[in-house]
Amino acid sequence: MRRDPRVVVIGEDVTGGTGASGEQDAWGGAFGVTKGILGEFGRARILDTPITESAFIGAAAGAAVTGLRPVAELMFVDFLGVCFDQIINQAAKFRYMFGGKTTTPLVIRATYGAGSGSASQHSQALYPLFTHIPGLKVVIPSNPYDAKGLLIEAIRDDDPVIFLENKLLYDDMGEVPDQAYTIPLGEASVPIEGKDATIIAIGRMVRTAKRAAERLRLLHKIEVTVVDPRTTSPLDEETILECVRKTGRVVIADEAYPRCGMAADISSIIAEKAFHSLKAPILKVTPPHTSVPFAPSLEKLFVPLPSKIEAAVKSLFD
Amino acid sequence: MPNDEVSLPAGSDLRLADEGLVQSEALPRSPLQGMQLALTDLARAYRTMRLIRSFEERLAQEVGTGDVPGAVHLYAGQEASAVGICMHLTERDFISSTHRGHGHAIAKGVEINGMMAEIFGRATGTCRGKGGSMHIADLDRGMLGANGIVGGGPPLVCGAALTAKTLNSGGVAIAFFGDGAFNQGTTAESLNLAMVWKLPAVFVAEDNGMGEATASSFAVAGDITARAAAYGMPAVSVDGTDFFAVHDAARAAVAHARSGNGPYFLHVKAPRYFGHYTGDADTYRSAEEKTNAREQQDCLTIFRDRVLGANLLPANQLAAIDAEAGEAVDAAVTAARLAPSPAASELTTDVYVRYG
Repeated sequence: MRRDPRVVVIGEDVTGGTGASGEQDAWGGAFGVTKGILGEFGRARILDTPITESAFIGAAAGAAVTGLRPVAELMFVDFLGVCFDQIINQAAKFRYMFGGKTTTPLVIRATYGAGSGSASQHSQALYPLFTHIPGLKVVIPSNPYDAKGLLIEAIRDDDPVIFLENKLLYDDMGEVPDQAYTIPLGEASVPIEGKDATIIAIGRMVRTAKRAAERLRLLHKIEVTVVDPRTTSPLDEETILECVRKTGRVVIADEAYPRCGMAADISSIIAEKAFHSLKAPILKVTPPHTSVPFAPSLEKLFVPLPSKIEAAVKSLFD
Repeated sequence: MPNDEVSLPAGSDLRLADEGLVQSEALPRSPLQGMQLALTDLARAYRTMRLIRSFEERLAQEVGTGDVPGAVHLYAGQEASAVGICMHLTERDFISSTHRGHGHAIAKGVEINGMMAEIFGRATGTCRGKGGSMHIADLDRGMLGANGIVGGGPPLVCGAALTAKTLNSGGVAIAFFGDGAFNQGTTAESLNLAMVWKLPAVFVAEDNGMGEATASSFAVAGDITARAAAYGMPAVSVDGTDFFAVHDAARAAVAHARSGNGPYFLHVKAPRYFGHYTGDADTYRSAEEKTNAREQQDCLTIFRDRVLGANLLPANQLAAIDAEAGEAVDAAVTAARLAPSPAASELTTDVYVRYG
């Protein structure tokens, strides 16, 4: 925002306190992500909105094609249900429908994910819905360093980018340089390399997969590669396929629903392009085809745990 | 041209606006007094309205040849709205439009050869053949796009107005939408957001009495203007068959928005000539209603009668404008028919600026 005056932040309670009698930067977003920047940039660039997702997401799209670079915050990705048209029929399609004669430098940030007792309408991992749409880019960082580099890249990108942050990763700690840096969209990272099997994991599942990998190494002498695609659109097929070819065994860990989800999509790519390298069937570890339950006893059964990923990898050797 | 300014004489035989579409409600009478319009602007208004009419009537024929892909939604009958409003705009101002968008595009200055080629799906089209009738956009002319989604435009206009406000460009943004869009949440949300953010926006509800094949008298509860007024913005209902009434109302609306006073709402009533889309037999309207629309509520006829009656423009000048419009549309159709289709490689271009 210091670098480019066209960057504005738009969303519900991105400051919090607008028009109220108390603190003027009371929230800084529902999870405090934008807290503390109001003083420097003012209300002309940090815009609180009414609870009106269709209007403000659409306004962000309209602002993006007319000269601003908006970063809109959709508090929970589940709320896309009330603004989907403005994302998939408007922002995503401008460039194509207008014959390449415009750019849409828009970032929509949203939280996703189960595990916080927020039940069915505040817990989903809906990135497959965005990944499905040509014209959108979809970023799902798994750690603090990537989050910063990918977000700066997303803001500087000239296409609409959906940037999804897992709520349970907000308390994750990691080294992050003070200065600005970027990570290209469409480049996977490989945080762990091992020769026996590959786990492809998305978002928070990367942390879960790394825990599983550690147990597999210590308890079962299975050396696992973990691939973090970092973006589901574009998807770094090359890195995924390369790791699968090296190891011959693959498990895909994904927090999204199983049907038409990322795990299914990546499975199909592997089946098409690396079938002859496979030594065992591709396995998917996902939630069941159910909504996200409220009761903690059920919710912990919903999200893939390290033990499920561990069991899946181990079964490839049975 | 200071000596070119005229005032329409009060009490001349000009047609009164309350012969309009909705009989149950008194519409404001034509503002005969104090209305000033340069003769060159009068001619320009007529030229643009006639060009839209010629474009649409010709398209109705061209669709019949089977050479125009898909369906086309024609704006004929409502020209006074687009032209009366867009005459107050410049290229720094933005408009959003509807699936019935050709008139708005032409009124905002989008070039008709490109539009016709676009509607024929040709590589020389405004959007290189990839958008079609429902997605004609020309950002250089401030045209944010026709829109295939009813109610899709008002939020985008909030964004364009936010850009103008943030960058201090002095621009305004105009959302054209139909009475059908008035029952969409996006429209209601946008009116609220524009008011809350005090945006330089004008919302124009073009009420042709029909949302597709269902009458707005059935579909719209309460009063459209009163709904907008409830948000606290000025809201005015105007006879859309009367160019002068629209032009006058729009002057106030655009000035209000441009001077930082926040949004403004116009409710413009005028019937459409054709059915919802080309190919629609339009049997849901009575023969009498359709005849009345053409014979009694034609904004172009009304305009002609007025300027001739008041001796503002000579008949031969109007006839020359009619002929020019016909020739321009002829040339556009000829060029479009000769233009190449997009190359196969175009299928996968323009999805992203850069991908992977």
